[in-house]
Amino acid sequence: MSRGTAERVVPTPLVAASRQRRLVSGDRLFRVIAYGAAGLIILIAAIFVIALVVPALPAITKFGLGFFTSRVWDPVRNQFGALAPIYGTLVTSAIALVIAFPIGLGAALFLADDARLQLLRGPLSFLIELLAGIPSVVIGLWAFFTLTPLMRDKVDPFLSHILGFLPLFKGTASGYGFLTAGLVLGIMVLPIMIALSRDVIRAVPRELREASLALGATNAETTWSVILPYARVGITGAVLLSLGRALGETIAVTMVIGNTMQISASLFATGYTLPSVIANEFTEANGNLYLGSLFYLGVVLVLITIVVNVLARLLIWRFSGSARAAA
Amino acid sequence: MVRVLIDRLVGALVVLCVMVAAIPVLVLFLYVIIKGLPGILTPGFFTQSPHPQGVPGGGVLNAIIGTLEIVGIGSLLAVPVGALIGIFLSEYGRNQLGDTVRFISDVLTGLPSIAFGIFGYTVVVLTTHHYSALAASIALAVLMLPVILRATETALLLVPNALREAGLALGAPRWRVTLEIVVPAALGGIVTGALLAMARAAGETAPLLFTTLGNDIVQTNPLQPMGALALTVFRNALVPYPNLQDQAWAAALLLVIMVAATNILARVYVRRIQR
Repeated sequence: MSRGTAERVVPTPLVAASRQRRLVSGDRLFRVIAYGAAGLIILIAAIFVIALVVPALPAITKFGLGFFTSRVWDPVRNQFGALAPIYGTLVTSAIALVIAFPIGLGAALFLADDARLQLLRGPLSFLIELLAGIPSVVIGLWAFFTLTPLMRDKVDPFLSHILGFLPLFKGTASGYGFLTAGLVLGIMVLPIMIALSRDVIRAVPRELREASLALGATNAETTWSVILPYARVGITGAVLLSLGRALGETIAVTMVIGNTMQISASLFATGYTLPSVIANEFTEANGNLYLGSLFYLGVVLVLITIVVNVLARLLIWRFSGSARAAA
Repeated sequence: MVRVLIDRLVGALVVLCVMVAAIPVLVLFLYVIIKGLPGILTPGFFTQSPHPQGVPGGGVLNAIIGTLEIVGIGSLLAVPVGALIGIFLSEYGRNQLGDTVRFISDVLTGLPSIAFGIFGYTVVVLTTHHYSALAASIALAVLMLPVILRATETALLLVPNALREAGLALGAPRWRVTLEIVVPAALGGIVTGALLAMARAAGETAPLLFTTLGNDIVQTNPLQPMGALALTVFRNALVPYPNLQDQAWAAALLLVIMVAATNILARVYVRRIQR
């Protein structure tokens, strides 16, 4: 709306006609450049799609939808299926959310509440923001050298001791595998989960919170029956964005999941995820079909993350719309 | 009484959550500093190329030059284009085309970083039949693009409209108003966006794996494979030689320092501009 006013001011009758023409042509040129830049990103997106899909075509035509139901991954016999890495991606992301959702929501509730322990809030926010900026390969390095021995010697035996009756916690633990990868992913998506839910909780109209407190509800009751119901849509969006990040995380997972093409009920088992297969096998893939199958995995990965991200953005957008309307 | 007790309990639980979230960061930083510092202080770390596996000594000069050059070229490609697209969005983008561009930018933001590596591989490596640092730069440039253009758009939209109108009222054409009044007024936000994008790009590994591939000797030609710090960390971690693993920690520390310095620079710049 503001730009509309700017446009209406443009006519300049005081300027001579020749100068006016020059002004107009300069504007036209600038406009063309700006529109050209906008066109460029659309072109890049189109090239992106082509760059991903065309090399995948040999595998898409050969395996079709059967790609998703086959767990065979045999470069020697040229048979490829995506079931194992899809399983690994879903399991590790699910573990990540199980860890990041409650902790992230709790931390967000603390950071969004501006009444208590004000001194702690700044440094803690800063620390968590720092985590978001650490390169994933550094987190991977740390997990590889310190988390995997810890999981192998302490956490996994403990879990199998108390929960060993479940198939999830059976088998020998090497320290690598679904559980470790999921834990690393959980740590990595925490900053997003915290930052987004904190913003969502902050957007809950103050009057609602105050009304509830004035009626005699405690802070915990206000959180549970006023803030969380109101913020539900936005928090769901935050969870989905975290999921989108977890699904596509590559390097840290590749370093701790063990990189084995298998499906196992045990969380201690080693496995593979969609991005880690691509990262690990791309440079050694020989033959159109092998490379094509890796591209096919890439197409699947990109499609899943796009759907999750778009859904998340719609939810957050809807939430902030309704929060603004109420405010 | 029970209600108050529950309230206290929930309050404590929430504090616990934030502690649990903050602890990994502290542990991680301590580890990287303690394990990486000796390696960084080793003579030759900044001045030598890696030695062959099993031979002690050597440095990561190849990777330092590689990271700087790959990210530098990527920024040269991404910053002008990203800033221009941001200008388009803020000054001309209240239409269908603007919404399309915003949507594409959001989608690009959410894509896994390995997808950018695939993009660089197909677009550059497959067409030139050669792994090259340029392929990595192009992959990183596309990864940086959405960050820069969104930062630019946000910064330009914050410029008061009265400033634009004043310029136009003085008879300046729209393009000069944009380039000489609006953009300078928003420069802080644009530079910050560019710095944050560079920090993110410097830490990425997945887009480098099958574009620049890695190189153990110093290489400055962007059409050849080049080393990079992130690749040093990734590859050296997985080999069974203690001196190379130490180098991985040292390279990780250096990478963290570079990323953190860029982030802090961006923040300081914002604070100075705002004042």
